[in-house]
Amino acid sequence: MPCSELRLMEVCGTHTMAIARAGLKSLLPEGVELVSGPGCPVCVTPPEVIDAALDLAMRPGVVIATYGDMVRVPGSRRGDSLARRRAMGARVMVVYSPMDAVDWAESHPGSEVVFLGVGFETTAPGTAASLLEAAGRGVRNFSVFSMLKRVEPALRALTALEGFNIQGFLCPGHVATIIGAEGFRFLPEEYGLPAVVAGFEPEDILLAVSRLISLVRAGRAELENLYGRAVKAEGNPPALEEMRRVFVPAGDSWRGLGEIDASGLALRAEFAEYDAVRKFGVEIPAAGGETACRCGEVITGRMTPVGCPLFGTACTPEDPVGPCMVSSEGSCAAAYKYEGV
Amino acid sequence: MCLAVPLKIVEIDGLNGVGEVEGLRRRMRLDFIKEPRVGEYVIVHAGFAIERLSEEQAKADIAEWNEVRDALL
Amino acid sequence: MDEIITLDYGSGGKKTSRLIESEILSRFSNPALGELGDGAILPGAEKIVFSTDSFVVSPLFFPGGDIGKLAVCGTVNDIAMCGGEAKYLSLSLIIEEGLERSALSRILDSIRAAAESARVQVVTGDTKVVERGRGDGVYINTAGIGFLRRAGLTPGAMRDGDAVLISGTAGDHGAAVMLARGGLIDDSSGAVKSDCAALNGLVDALFASGAEIRCLRDPTRGGAATTLCEFAGSSGLGIEIEERDIPVSPAVAAACSLLGLDPLYCANEGKLLCVTSQETAHAALEAMRAHPLGRDAAVIGRVSAAAKGRVILRTAAGGGRVLHKLAGAQLPRIC
Repeated sequence: MPCSELRLMEVCGTHTMAIARAGLKSLLPEGVELVSGPGCPVCVTPPEVIDAALDLAMRPGVVIATYGDMVRVPGSRRGDSLARRRAMGARVMVVYSPMDAVDWAESHPGSEVVFLGVGFETTAPGTAASLLEAAGRGVRNFSVFSMLKRVEPALRALTALEGFNIQGFLCPGHVATIIGAEGFRFLPEEYGLPAVVAGFEPEDILLAVSRLISLVRAGRAELENLYGRAVKAEGNPPALEEMRRVFVPAGDSWRGLGEIDASGLALRAEFAEYDAVRKFGVEIPAAGGETACRCGEVITGRMTPVGCPLFGTACTPEDPVGPCMVSSEGSCAAAYKYEGV
Repeated sequence: MCLAVPLKIVEIDGLNGVGEVEGLRRRMRLDFIKEPRVGEYVIVHAGFAIERLSEEQAKADIAEWNEVRDALL
Repeated sequence: MDEIITLDYGSGGKKTSRLIESEILSRFSNPALGELGDGAILPGAEKIVFSTDSFVVSPLFFPGGDIGKLAVCGTVNDIAMCGGEAKYLSLSLIIEEGLERSALSRILDSIRAAAESARVQVVTGDTKVVERGRGDGVYINTAGIGFLRRAGLTPGAMRDGDAVLISGTAGDHGAAVMLARGGLIDDSSGAVKSDCAALNGLVDALFASGAEIRCLRDPTRGGAATTLCEFAGSSGLGIEIEERDIPVSPAVAAACSLLGLDPLYCANEGKLLCVTSQETAHAALEAMRAHPLGRDAAVIGRVSAAAKGRVILRTAAGGGRVLHKLAGAQLPRIC
């Protein structure tokens, strides 16, 4: 295989960040390319869903509780974000944990706290546990707007895209902590693609990349877990159990990938009372028209950030058009902030 | 997608715990750790410990890092 | 006097006078201020350095300092970075109704102590009180006048091959304020403290060392990375920095990893970045290390024309990347 054709994908925004921060791309052997996949939960959330959250933020009595990651993400209108809505009077609080939102709701019974549940399987169990805690304590002014997503259906959809050209996957270590290294076995077995579960230190990533290169070059479609200190083959069963108790896989829409069956995590009907979508009758507006922003292609590894005509000119971290530029782990933001040399 | 930090468990009170690194302590939930013990290391994401860190395995991982350093750099 | 500040204390009447007499004049007596004129008339006919800064920090008190100390050091440092010796300060307080008098006293005590140690006098000022809910306890503005001691300190004086130094650990103030603000993380060992300090003494030591100093700047908001970008951008020359040479205290590094922040982008309030000729870098380094505020000083990189207006960071992992200015405030993140 000619060297230039070796393209590896990291499917985790935290990997994207770590690679960029440590300048690892400058250390890759010639001909090996690392491409960012749909691994930033904020980036894969479609703009219409952000719009719905922004509208919810303007309702009287509602306090939006969110991870800092979401604060500057624009909806379908440029410059419109939770940060802007906050300046307009919306109440937006940044939390580190959904439990903080539950505690705050309990001590502020006059407010309706809506937690924006964004994230993948790593984040879903904690969101579930917080919701169960709220239910157990009778904190009825707490609800979750679930934008949670599952990694496996997205990776399957990705491999089916026209122009898919990836020879191996650097698998997300902390998703694997929850779902288990075995959760990525389908990549080598069903698609013939080598997959390595990796940690987040620069050394973890370099090791995983070098192992992936050897596997690809040897033509060995295998799964390896190189993050053994935090990832078991079977994952974390109590966390999975909690997640499944509260959430059920449901069809969901991804920026760049469109509708994917069973790729989202919706609240089970028995928790309707804690489901912000049901509680507030949230309607997701129809998808808007095409914009010049190429986040969709960037997220799916079909375009590099610098390939987008807006990159660095019309779209910068100070005035982002798409979420890949605003999220700290978005591939465009990483490419811009941590430009290689 | 999932920033997580290793913390040492210094307090346990039911499902609530306190984790520490460099003298910095933060509350965390231990819902997903079976029989946690003070002194163990866990990896914490968004206020929840999502797994215990195996010390033995951590040493093995670090030994591998050194190999890759030698090979690549 | 009442135990809390009410709107009446900003009325301009008797209560305002009482506040000024009991809280301000009692602490800052000097002939210029004692006149209580509309302004201060000061001696001096040298080249002056004039600077102002407003302080809106929340919380008002944090490990290592408070808004009062910050208000003095911030302006004294701005003047010192211009090569000036700060002499006089104005002090404007915008107090939110309901502020406890004891808190105000603590802040003013801290202003007095900081002014004494920085050898500046508060010579004029103003006090306003705003309705409850319209301020964050207290906002402070200080303006300062200093006399120029060293002219020509500008990034434009940098030359290819010059050394870039930092006077100590990066990110201490930003990390301390974030910890104090969140309430989520308890610093049980008290290791994360604001570095808030007046740098005029350290600057004196640098000048006395005989080092050829090209430019000085205190990397406050935006952190060391943003200031380095300003140096590189306005000089047209680039800068190359070694990540492993940048001092960061282990506790600040841990706090940043818990909060999802980058110490290179966290504010400092008692550090300076300094560019010197390569030949005299050692003298500058030794002079800083001999001063209590420069014990952890380090050479962190060099000016490089090849970097063409950019700041290039050599990472600890051996990679390289370009540093940019901070875009917007740093937000804690989970991703």
